[in-house]
Amino acid sequence: MENHIQIRNLNVRIGNTQIIHDVSLDIPDGQVTAILGPSGCGKTTLLRSMNRFLELTEDSHITGEVLLDGKNIYDQDVDVTEIRRRIGLLAQRPFSLPMSIYENVAYGLRIHRVNNSRNLKPIIRHYMELAGLWDEVSKRLHEPATALSIGQQQRLCLARGLALEPEVILADEPTSALDPISAQHIEMKLQELKEKYTIVLVTHTLRQARRLADHVVFMYLGEVVEQGSAKEVFENPQMERTKAYLQGSIG
Amino acid sequence: MKKLTRRRLEESIALGFMYISLGLVTGALGWILLTLIIKGAPALTWSMVSQVPQGGFYLGKEGGILNAIIGSLYLALGGTMLALLFSLPISLGLNVYIHRKAKWALIVRSILDVLWGIPSIVYGAFGFTIMLALGMRASLLAGIITLALVELPIMIRSMDEVLRLMPRDIEHASYGLGATRIETAFRVILPQMLPGLVTAAMLAFGRGIGDAASVLFTAGYTDRIPTSLMDPTASLPLAVFFQLSMPYPEVQKRAYGAALILTIIVLLISILSRWIASRVSRYSVK
Repeated sequence: MENHIQIRNLNVRIGNTQIIHDVSLDIPDGQVTAILGPSGCGKTTLLRSMNRFLELTEDSHITGEVLLDGKNIYDQDVDVTEIRRRIGLLAQRPFSLPMSIYENVAYGLRIHRVNNSRNLKPIIRHYMELAGLWDEVSKRLHEPATALSIGQQQRLCLARGLALEPEVILADEPTSALDPISAQHIEMKLQELKEKYTIVLVTHTLRQARRLADHVVFMYLGEVVEQGSAKEVFENPQMERTKAYLQGSIG
Repeated sequence: MKKLTRRRLEESIALGFMYISLGLVTGALGWILLTLIIKGAPALTWSMVSQVPQGGFYLGKEGGILNAIIGSLYLALGGTMLALLFSLPISLGLNVYIHRKAKWALIVRSILDVLWGIPSIVYGAFGFTIMLALGMRASLLAGIITLALVELPIMIRSMDEVLRLMPRDIEHASYGLGATRIETAFRVILPQMLPGLVTAAMLAFGRGIGDAASVLFTAGYTDRIPTSLMDPTASLPLAVFFQLSMPYPEVQKRAYGAALILTIIVLLISILSRWIASRVSRYSVK
């Protein structure tokens, strides 16, 4: 089993606050890695270091390495837009772009000129089907994306991300803003997608992590406390803090 | 119980102030508009808007002010377009390309705020000096450039304030898909903020078309309709100014007519641009 992403000695400081303390970890290829931990422990910051989203935050300072297939994505010669094409992000809440449902999915294809064919419709249809959205929206493709429900918009965000054929999907509590049915929808999709993609999932919900994760990283106060296969970490945690978190006494 | 009445009293006092302010302001503005209509409407004849002045302007009771109407439209539309050409990149630069709290962005904003407050006669004098240095005569082109300078601080700062309200998460969604800043600016931020940007441009246009002092030296005044950028040109604010300062009631009445036409032009262009913006922005995320 190969490691798709390797993080080495990552330190993140925003303003004067150190958010991530010397984190090193491996994200295995073609698996779901769940990052767990109480709120404010740096899960989201860690996730956002993997597609260079942190540099959009003012006053952020990053040291260390994030290696994608062995290449540091923070190197000078790396094209950040290419990194973000290869590593997709599914945010906590869906943020549709101000265009039609169709154009939301076409957007990424157009800017990356992934496909030169005039007719993007079959491609767009394919990814909407993959995200489990096509049947619901096929008749209203040219309506504004905001006309969809929140759950549908989140699947639209998934579809527009998948359309870029990423290698890695970063999912930042992707179900936390959704109703239970939509949440289940997204979870099922992630379950299917792990065949083809490396998925990094930040989650608050232990049960979700148990259902989805192959590999677990437990964070506390900006440090990685424990990491390992889901089976090991859930059934036989080594560290006191992990045990306490799993039992519900911290977090 | 006592606390409740105190809070209710606060509410009614606050509401009272709001109504009084609203009443005073709309009353004053309504009065101006009413004066314009009462004094100007009788002068609004077909020949007023379809002919150039006849028989000498200053004493002219014949003919119309077509020269000033066309001149003002040329000046204000030209000035607004020119200002737009620079305002969009600058306001986008301030909001998309640099961190919004960067120190020199703050300096740029303060300078623009100061420029906003400078009387337009100063812009006029500045334009005039440059004209002389370049050996130009008073012309449509000089007027357009000077008006653009007057409009620039207003347009940039209003667009800047609009763009600051861009929801960051939507912008980030675009970056998340690997978009560059320029792609995000043109495909996401501009469509999303278009109604606000149109309002900003309208604000500048309104200032431009109504400004007399900046075009006084730079665009000149003539009875003819300009046929090239190098011709001098008349404008509505100056038509109002010149006619109002004549001691003849017939001519003064035409000044009110000209002011009324100016008001109607601003109203029409405002309605038109809002309509266009609402058509284009049906996809914006609310």
